[in-house]
Amino acid sequence: MTRGQVADGVTEDQVGERIEQMRRRPQKFRDERITMAHGAGGKASRALVEGLVVPLLANPALEQLSDAGLFAAGTARLAVTTDAFVVKPMRFPGGSIGELAVNGTVNDLAVSGARPLALTAALVLEEGLAAGALRTEVTAMADAARAVGVPVVAGDTKVVERGSCDGMYVVTTGVGVLEHDVALSPTAVRPGDKVLLSGTVGDHGIAVMLARGDLDLEADVRSDTQPLWSLAAALLDVCGSDLRCMRDATRGGVATVLNEIALAAEVGIVIEESRVPVRPEVTGAGEILGIDPLYVANEGKLVAFVAPHRADAALAAMRALPSGAEAALVGEVRAEPPGRVLGRTGFGGHRLIDMLVGDPLPRIC
Amino acid sequence: MRFVDEFRDADLAEVLGREITALCEPGRHYKVMEVCGGHTHTIYRYGVQDHLPESIELVHGPGCPVCVIPMGRVDDGIAIAERDGVILTCFGDMMRVPGGRGSFLEANARGADIRMVYSPLDALRIARQNPDRQVVFYAIGFETTAPSTALTVLRAAQEGVENFSVFCNHVTIIPAIKAILDSPDLRLDAFLGPGHVSTVIGCRPYEWIPRDFGLPLVCAGFEPLDLLQSVYMIMKQFAEGRAEVENQYGRVVQYDGNPVALKVLAEVFALRPFFEWRGLGSIAHSALQLAPAYARFDAEQRFDLPGVRVADPKACQCGEVLKGVLKPWECKVFGTACTPETPIGTCMVSSEGACAAYYNYGQYAKQRLTLEVLS
Repeated sequence: MTRGQVADGVTEDQVGERIEQMRRRPQKFRDERITMAHGAGGKASRALVEGLVVPLLANPALEQLSDAGLFAAGTARLAVTTDAFVVKPMRFPGGSIGELAVNGTVNDLAVSGARPLALTAALVLEEGLAAGALRTEVTAMADAARAVGVPVVAGDTKVVERGSCDGMYVVTTGVGVLEHDVALSPTAVRPGDKVLLSGTVGDHGIAVMLARGDLDLEADVRSDTQPLWSLAAALLDVCGSDLRCMRDATRGGVATVLNEIALAAEVGIVIEESRVPVRPEVTGAGEILGIDPLYVANEGKLVAFVAPHRADAALAAMRALPSGAEAALVGEVRAEPPGRVLGRTGFGGHRLIDMLVGDPLPRIC
Repeated sequence: MRFVDEFRDADLAEVLGREITALCEPGRHYKVMEVCGGHTHTIYRYGVQDHLPESIELVHGPGCPVCVIPMGRVDDGIAIAERDGVILTCFGDMMRVPGGRGSFLEANARGADIRMVYSPLDALRIARQNPDRQVVFYAIGFETTAPSTALTVLRAAQEGVENFSVFCNHVTIIPAIKAILDSPDLRLDAFLGPGHVSTVIGCRPYEWIPRDFGLPLVCAGFEPLDLLQSVYMIMKQFAEGRAEVENQYGRVVQYDGNPVALKVLAEVFALRPFFEWRGLGSIAHSALQLAPAYARFDAEQRFDLPGVRVADPKACQCGEVLKGVLKPWECKVFGTACTPETPIGTCMVSSEGACAAYYNYGQYAKQRLTLEVLS
């Protein structure tokens, strides 16, 4: 047996190749029960959606696995999306479940290139929920909806027994219209494109983790929940079809979004880690908890893939808006290695940035 | 971030890398084992290898506390958690470790109440808040985490929190290093010593390694520059014909360790005659149990446990990987049957495990791609 080979003569490169093939195989869902890992936005969530849900509901719009489904109505091109909000605790520095429920759905439409037209909201309420808390959250929804100019035009309320949900869950659905003649799609991303990020990463996830209170950590970290439509519209206006694709980096963080695009477009993505904006408080909390901010959820940040000659103009357009004031060019698209995201570390080395596997669990030492 | 960024400086790394390369004897290959899983994580996370010449090979050692837990002990934990009224608590790393009957995450999906905590004191707090329930802390880790478990037991005793107990899986590092050095199929040139363990036990317990085996050991910190400097110190020893224990992590590690921590360890724990290590088998005097004076907080005494030894899956070669005999990708099931989302072996579970680290970060490490993208 020579170095670099295993017993049956396989080389390291062949093992790497085998792993690449495995990553590209259609996801199967084999678990006997749902575990918390299925909700964390990483590989298990992907297996749940692609291995169980999508095959059963199969249709071309759904199979795009985009933030919103696109369809035509007469001459209009419409987008529809839906999202459930189960955040615990309901209120956290920088936001609350009501505000999140509006912004989250608005943002799924926005990154699909659709101007939000209308929302619906379903409230699942726990027996015993204080009326004041409910009023506060519905007010937060109303304020957030007014701020983006999108009415909540229909809704539903249900009440479940005490213990069946954590105070309240909110499901919102949004409809939007595509007014730009641009076909945003991961498959439009090509080597040479630049990767733009609209601001700091990790604020929301870290703010919520700290707000749960079981970490005994105190830091002034606020959720970044905010609507992204004006930012998305500015990018569409400035770039036209030089804008290839946008994603909002929610569960699983920026790392997961980049992996999804790399796999869908069969391109390599290289990120210069020192260019990724991270607040010092978020870096600090991440250091203590052993969590990489690239994998932490955001609720008001988008990643945009833009043709290289339009990158400066796009960045300027983003920075001109409050929601993109800290926007940065963080990386670029390459032909190699297809389906993979690499990071050049601030230390001058490099690493692979893979999809999140389960919950971002803290390391113990 | 102050006091962190200084240890991640790319320019200093480049200088150190050049000096390390200058110390290499032409034609010689150096195999250096980083004992600690935290080191493995840092190496991949920051691309430390990119600053080292190809003649220096870093071999991942046994110091990932999650990776050495045998399946039977996971099953024991699940058996405890499935009893009525029990809350089992553990560090997050343990949640996905597969036992013979699935992981803690899957046990939760079947109805168990297993909660992730960040400190054993959090487990004690849960016990105080739930006086009608039995709260068990599933303790894992080397000498690094054992003192915090010991202090928690002392506090439980002081406060009389009788519904609290510890399922103790604490292990000690020295017997594991011995087992590796006794392994006939391995050739190592030096060790990067486990910095965090050494904050507790100091550097003296390693002195037999240079003395009996002629191998240098440098206690290393966990920032990427710590590791590079430690490799530099090792290479310097080679160049000067020395083999000694040296302490690179002097800002944290005292040569004689932490006497307060050692005292509580001695008070609360006793050495087990034997303990089974995943992949390494049964090793004498390699693990801790609660001392007789604190036996009432010992979950193994409080609950009837199956205590069944579950053989490691046949295809799994975690043992060889832990010993550094096989590289992760040389294992038969690596990356195919055994992946981070469906791990067979524990080396694939924790991000500190050699296999998970290699799978997550390592595949392109050797390619040395030019990534100066945005200059």
